[in-house]
Amino acid sequence: MIQDIDIADLKRITELIQSKYNYDFRNYAMSSFKRRILRMLDLKNMSIEALLKKLNEQPGFIEEFLDELTVNVTEMFRDPGFWRILRDEIIPSILLNHKQFKIWHAGCSSGEEVYSMAILLKEMGIFNDVQLVASDLDINILEKAKTGAYPVKNMELNEKNYIRFEGKRTLKDYYKEENGKAILDRELMRNITFRRHDLVLGEVFNKFDLILCRNVMIYFNQSLQNEVLKKFHESLFKYGYLAIGSKESLIWCDVANRFIVVNNEEKVYKKIKD
Amino acid sequence: MNKYNLNNSYKAVVIGGSAGSFQGIVKILSQLPKTFPLPIIMCLHRLKHVRNGFVEALSIKSVVQVTEPYDKEPIKKGGVYLAPSNYHMSVEIGHHFALSTEEMVNNSRPAIDITLATSAFVYRDKLIGILLSGANRDGGLGMKAIKDKGGLTIVQEPTECMIDTMPKAAMALTTIDYVMKVDQIVEFLKELDRQYK
Repeated sequence: MIQDIDIADLKRITELIQSKYNYDFRNYAMSSFKRRILRMLDLKNMSIEALLKKLNEQPGFIEEFLDELTVNVTEMFRDPGFWRILRDEIIPSILLNHKQFKIWHAGCSSGEEVYSMAILLKEMGIFNDVQLVASDLDINILEKAKTGAYPVKNMELNEKNYIRFEGKRTLKDYYKEENGKAILDRELMRNITFRRHDLVLGEVFNKFDLILCRNVMIYFNQSLQNEVLKKFHESLFKYGYLAIGSKESLIWCDVANRFIVVNNEEKVYKKIKD
Repeated sequence: MNKYNLNNSYKAVVIGGSAGSFQGIVKILSQLPKTFPLPIIMCLHRLKHVRNGFVEALSIKSVVQVTEPYDKEPIKKGGVYLAPSNYHMSVEIGHHFALSTEEMVNNSRPAIDITLATSAFVYRDKLIGILLSGANRDGGLGMKAIKDKGGLTIVQEPTECMIDTMPKAAMALTTIDYVMKVDQIVEFLKELDRQYK
């Protein structure tokens, strides 16, 4: 945190990206947005003026910018208790009414969560009956997600989470080690469609039985959270489920009364009204 | 007996701590006046994958309920808040919290520097920062941010700390207004409380 930037600088960045590239970061949570920009300036050893100039003059730079800006820190089976509830309660109740169903991972980042889901579904013996859609704004991270290859050093934490999830096997059964990378079994990718999607400006594109959007909306301010939650409501079938991060809440949003809380500890909601 | 020459312009107290700070925090929370007028915002290093138990342990002796805020939860006067495990906790303009899962800072998430520096940005010279015992340097830059905005800085007396790396790092980076034992910090907060009556 050597250089500091003020709100006016941040505004110049968001205005430029909006007018030139049509991405809207104006309603991102200020503190983390500022940290992301400072981090980028630090990593690239750049001044704010140089960053603005580069965004203005090199259209190809925007992808790299988005990749650095978005937070891509995630784990397989993050919050094991959440995954146990999915397996033991939420998915069984979807199965009561639908033999086949659809899940959307909104803001999938490098893919750890959607692959965790694939493993869960395999262990439930219903992998072939479920269509998974994983979306993100950041095209670079989507490419990374598609490869399903992660640094081996990350697998220790992933394995710990998997053990607490009480999976049927060991996580090692789902990957091979090659050149310091853990390469996930190709089979896990079969039912996953990766797509680029902008939660802020993108349209509703399909209907789902379960949407996971955990620790994504924390980067938005409250009014943007509200708008995105309206789109999630619209993207769910009636009686479909929405899962958000354990420290997120629907309390403050307009669509709150169209959902009921199914699990308060793990923040799983069910749509009860159109 | 106004030892510290305080006034009633402060808007928040922010506390950081790590290894060896638990007893001190418990002492502070158990002796705090019931109607303490300011929010107390705490960032303590804790086990990343143990979500439950810590806030309950702190609450047992605390005179005020300790809560781990939700993302975008408004900060209330008299509220006592603890950064949740595995999230950074920032204070935002408009006096609410924002949580994030960004990279660890100083090998920590939550990182004390983030909570302290964002609080300093929002509360400026109306903030009191307290840094307790700890084994790494997290919090030092946060205390500097508080001082740079004109806030008041306090660290726990290093000789009383189980591990003094943290308060010493802050002392090396910025001006510390008071170096105090936990008992004196309690006394200080009681005097602060009286300014608002």
